[in-house]
Amino acid sequence: MIGLGHYLAVSAILFTLGVLGIFINRKNVIVILMSIELILLAVNINLVAFSSFLNDIVGQVFALLVLTVAAAEAAIGLAILVVYFRNRGTIAVEDINMMKG
Amino acid sequence: MNASAAFFYLFAGVTVASAFMVVTSRNPVHSVLFLILAFVNAAGLFMLLGAEFLAMLLIVVYVGAVAVLFLFVVMMLDVDFAEFRQGFLNYLPIGALIGLIFAVELLLVVGAWVIDPRIVSTPVAPIPANLTNTAALGQVLYTQYIYYFQAAGLVLLVAMIGAIVLTLRERIGIKRQDIIQQNARTKATAMEVKQVPSRAGIEETV
Repeated sequence: MIGLGHYLAVSAILFTLGVLGIFINRKNVIVILMSIELILLAVNINLVAFSSFLNDIVGQVFALLVLTVAAAEAAIGLAILVVYFRNRGTIAVEDINMMKG
Repeated sequence: MNASAAFFYLFAGVTVASAFMVVTSRNPVHSVLFLILAFVNAAGLFMLLGAEFLAMLLIVVYVGAVAVLFLFVVMMLDVDFAEFRQGFLNYLPIGALIGLIFAVELLLVVGAWVIDPRIVSTPVAPIPANLTNTAALGQVLYTQYIYYFQAAGLVLLVAMIGAIVLTLRERIGIKRQDIIQQNARTKATAMEVKQVPSRAGIEETV
């Protein structure tokens, strides 16, 4: 029977794939943003799985909030990307060093 | 193995496989399409967990809005994505190592895990058995968690204003309709009456 552990394992693998995506696509901001979406999806699966197996709907409320924040983050991130491309003509991450932070 | 277990393995397998393709695929357009596949299958997992409203929300918000936004941006930016693949193999070993350590740690945590029975017996807002998932979610979201709901709305509002402010630009040197200026035009500003001498004409003035 499928238990909580199965869902947590899926979510752990998804989270790891997201982190791996950030590491191996260090030059491509778009894929990094997609990896962040994967990480947030893993978090959502965790929340919903706990909500379902503990019979507590609050987890789904928080998953809703995570969904909202993920959508806002994607919109702002892509807007920044478009503005950056318009100004510099490239989206290479290593060129984003004007602030020398 | 019953049907729900079979569907769990189907959805989980496709989700993980397409997530892997998202991070390793050469073409970002393919990445976005695999991201959509991953979201759809995650929605299937949510359905299995009984969170129907969130499953539909995942389809509508992620697939309908976020992924399409990604697709727009990927296709709009005229970037040579092949050059981004340059350091791929350099970063692969360290990335795979960190990912492996991370996965093993997380799976160890998941494996050696017991939930305190006192937590199970005292849920904050138990899922009512006689309501649909959407109604149950609405009952707590609009009463007990109204401030969280409003905060989520505020986040979306700020994101919307931020995206508009960031990408709006005043272009100079293009022709554009200005209704106030058009309405303010009078006969005096629009035309000039000249007395043309016979057989001489007038010089063209610009």
